[in-house]
Amino acid sequence: MIWQTILLALRAIRRNVLRSSLTILGIVIGVAAVITMVTLGDGATAQVTTDISKLGSNMLQVRPGQGFRGPGGTRSTADMFDVDDAEAISREVFGLEAVAPTASRSQQAIYGNKNWSTSVMGTTNAYLQVRDWELESGRQFTEGELRSGRTVCILGSTVRDELFGDQDPLGATIRLQKLSCQVIGVLESKGQTGFGRDQDDLVMVPLRTLQRRVAGSNDVGALYVSAQEDISTTAVKEDIEALMRERRRIASSANDDFHVRDMQEIVSTLTSTTRVLTGLLGAVAAVSLLVGGIGIMNIMLVSVTERTREIGTRLAIGALEREVLMQFLIEAVVLSSFGGFFGIILGLLAAAAGAHVLGMPFVLNSGIVATAVVFSAAVGVIFGFFPARKAARLDPIEALRHE
Amino acid sequence: MNTEIENHHLIELAGIAKSYGMGAYAMHALRGIDLHIDKGEFVAVMGPSGSGKSTCMNILGCLDTPNSGTYLFKGLDVGALSRDQRALLRRNYLGFVFQGFNLLNRTSALENVELPLIYRGASARERHRRGRETLEAVGLTGWESHTPSELSGGQQQRVAIARAAVIEPEVLMADEPTGNLDSTCSREIMELLCAFNKERGITIVMVTHDLEMALYAQRTIRFLDGLIDPEESNGGKRS
Repeated sequence: MIWQTILLALRAIRRNVLRSSLTILGIVIGVAAVITMVTLGDGATAQVTTDISKLGSNMLQVRPGQGFRGPGGTRSTADMFDVDDAEAISREVFGLEAVAPTASRSQQAIYGNKNWSTSVMGTTNAYLQVRDWELESGRQFTEGELRSGRTVCILGSTVRDELFGDQDPLGATIRLQKLSCQVIGVLESKGQTGFGRDQDDLVMVPLRTLQRRVAGSNDVGALYVSAQEDISTTAVKEDIEALMRERRRIASSANDDFHVRDMQEIVSTLTSTTRVLTGLLGAVAAVSLLVGGIGIMNIMLVSVTERTREIGTRLAIGALEREVLMQFLIEAVVLSSFGGFFGIILGLLAAAAGAHVLGMPFVLNSGIVATAVVFSAAVGVIFGFFPARKAARLDPIEALRHE
Repeated sequence: MNTEIENHHLIELAGIAKSYGMGAYAMHALRGIDLHIDKGEFVAVMGPSGSGKSTCMNILGCLDTPNSGTYLFKGLDVGALSRDQRALLRRNYLGFVFQGFNLLNRTSALENVELPLIYRGASARERHRRGRETLEAVGLTGWESHTPSELSGGQQQRVAIARAAVIEPEVLMADEPTGNLDSTCSREIMELLCAFNKERGITIVMVTHDLEMALYAQRTIRFLDGLIDPEESNGGKRS
């Protein structure tokens, strides 16, 4: 009997193709919007995750002050670190691969008639090791250059492009404010971080050079630490915290005046942020699905009114109340399921196109597709029920008399 | 008519009354009807508007229930049935033909005729076979795939009669079947109904305003002010 009812519903839909397709359109748009938003959101999450793993997932950052203030540097009243802190960590914490003390300043980099505002970072070769960063050309700093603070520099690829274009920068001399600096190497491009910051926009100089010739102090702004492959970053983080509390003479009752940031933590923070955004976008899109559902209800109500005589005829012929109910309910579910089907196709196409344009990975979330299928059918049941019940409860005599 | 053997009446109305509204404003459509119709009869129902004949037809067709009185259909008390049970009774024993045809739009003649069989759960093959057979019986061979808008009024009423007859009902209820048709078409329709009555033994109860159409029936029942007019009703044979 259910098959007969489906047959009746399909015949009724086929009888009014234009109106049926317009009704479907509401659901198509709703489902497509949800699918597109969620798929793009998942793509963004995946991209953030891969971007951050490019930073090195076994990396920790140690910064003075409390809380994480982003990669731009710290603004804090807490004491800065110095080179001894870095040495103490590498000497006393177990399982480390490298420890890189860094200090940064914003500077104008000038070559010929070109100038470019960038970040000048004083550090050691250990920084390249921590960040797992290769040189595209040239060489790293020598021990001598690091010890005596020579005026040599390694360029990030963005700075190289801005100042030199296609020219070979090796051996050239650029100016950083009053400091003349010989280019000895160029870094491989790393692209943007998950925060949207260009990682290649920097000039690396030996730490001592920056401290003496640019900053004028022996402060170290941040320590970059990388743990060995099989060592838990959580354990390393705890060891560093204990060591730094001791070195900075922090009373056991007082809070840390420094912060150790684990990359895993950043990954989870960022992915949860993008998840929330995805959820919000999906929710907004779901509203349009709701509107589509109301569209179905509207059309079904119109259809019941318009087909009152038909319903009367069916009832007179001997259709049961529940058969009329099922017919209209199935009509609504078939309409919304069709809408769901086309919506999924359209949504995935739009998401694929969007991911291509935004340069993001296209992540097919089968969960959301399944949800869309279930949800669009549910929309049909929920919004089709009221009109269907109205049809089923018609008095056949009144319905037959209806003009 | 043989009224002695009560159990053998197909339809038996006793003291049927129906009123609409309450108290002083109540409209008494039927004031106590007694009526017997036997299997194989062709009964014409006549009477002025508001005389209660439509109300009586609705009750006979199990579409409406009386306020008082009993209606026995094949000995079954219809008053005791639920809405769904009455629907099943209509599905299996009654066929309806309306003045306005009431065919489904944008649906072929064959699909229209098959409709009652769908509710009876017949297989597609059986539906097609019986649908075609019945369309042939009403003289519409070759018109199976035409929709109502492509058919003349007379043809549409033939489809409607085929739809009512396809289940081989006990009773075919026709409410002014020729009300919207010209006299030639009307006569053709009446001859069709007579043929179904004679050849298939389908009992027919037909409301009409047209005396000429009523003459096709074996018996005419006249309604007046909610009662059957005994003077005017007759047991005359068809001409």
